[in-house]
Amino acid sequence: MNASAIIFYIVSAFILGAAVLAVTTRRIFRSAIFLLFTLIGTAALFFWMGVEFIAAVQIIIYVGGIVVLIIFSIFLTQKSGDEMPKPLPKRGLFSALALVFGFAFTYHLIYAYGFGQNTHKSFDVSVSEIGTQMLSTTEHGFVLPFEVVSILLLASMIGCIVIAMKIKPTEERER
Amino acid sequence: MSEISISHILFVSTALFFIGMYGLFTRRNMITMLMAIEIILNSVNINFVAFNKYLYPGKLDGVFFAIFVITIAAAEAAIAIAIIINLYRSHNSIDVEDADELKY
Repeated sequence: MNASAIIFYIVSAFILGAAVLAVTTRRIFRSAIFLLFTLIGTAALFFWMGVEFIAAVQIIIYVGGIVVLIIFSIFLTQKSGDEMPKPLPKRGLFSALALVFGFAFTYHLIYAYGFGQNTHKSFDVSVSEIGTQMLSTTEHGFVLPFEVVSILLLASMIGCIVIAMKIKPTEERER
Repeated sequence: MSEISISHILFVSTALFFIGMYGLFTRRNMITMLMAIEIILNSVNINFVAFNKYLYPGKLDGVFFAIFVITIAAAEAAIAIAIIINLYRSHNSIDVEDADELKY
């Protein structure tokens, strides 16, 4: 077992432990912080796999954007110190059963398929390569999904503003 | 480079996916359900990048899918939080059990 493998196991244990705590802890603010650790661990896993660009995007968008948004909404909507109620025992039991059987089934499929040995070809994910391919209009270019996603992002941001906008009482009376 | 085979990485992402599913099933608070969805999307991202790196290293399709998934996750989180805040204004609660007017 070399250093790379040890790092992988440590990062994986960190991710899974933080994720378990994020879905089971009963204080909502702690749950958000454990989610933050899960996302940072995933970014570390991307660094380990050698895709630095995705890792950087993960940190910028998830850690810098989504988690901050979630924490803001926790502060806007409820007291963060309160404990959430425990899940109903029946629901918790059946969720745990679904978790165990679903995991066993899926991992059995993965194990039975047997992806075999890794290819040892080099994997070039330099940022310039990603940028060139994202904006190229040739057969393997991604310019169409890029544009579609940018329109989707614009539409969803306008939609957010419209949904969360406070309607003044006077305006409501006019309607 | 490393002797970790792809099935180890798939183990991590599968476990992360089902942990997220467990959170989605047991939690009744909308913000924590949103967090569970983020965990699920993350596990899918790990899968995309791992398949791209270990099975098709000549292409970049998995990396692009991961980027698009991250983008759409950001849009989805923003919209979900806008809806949650709006719901809190009208119901004073973000428990999914309290938002049942369309149910009956």
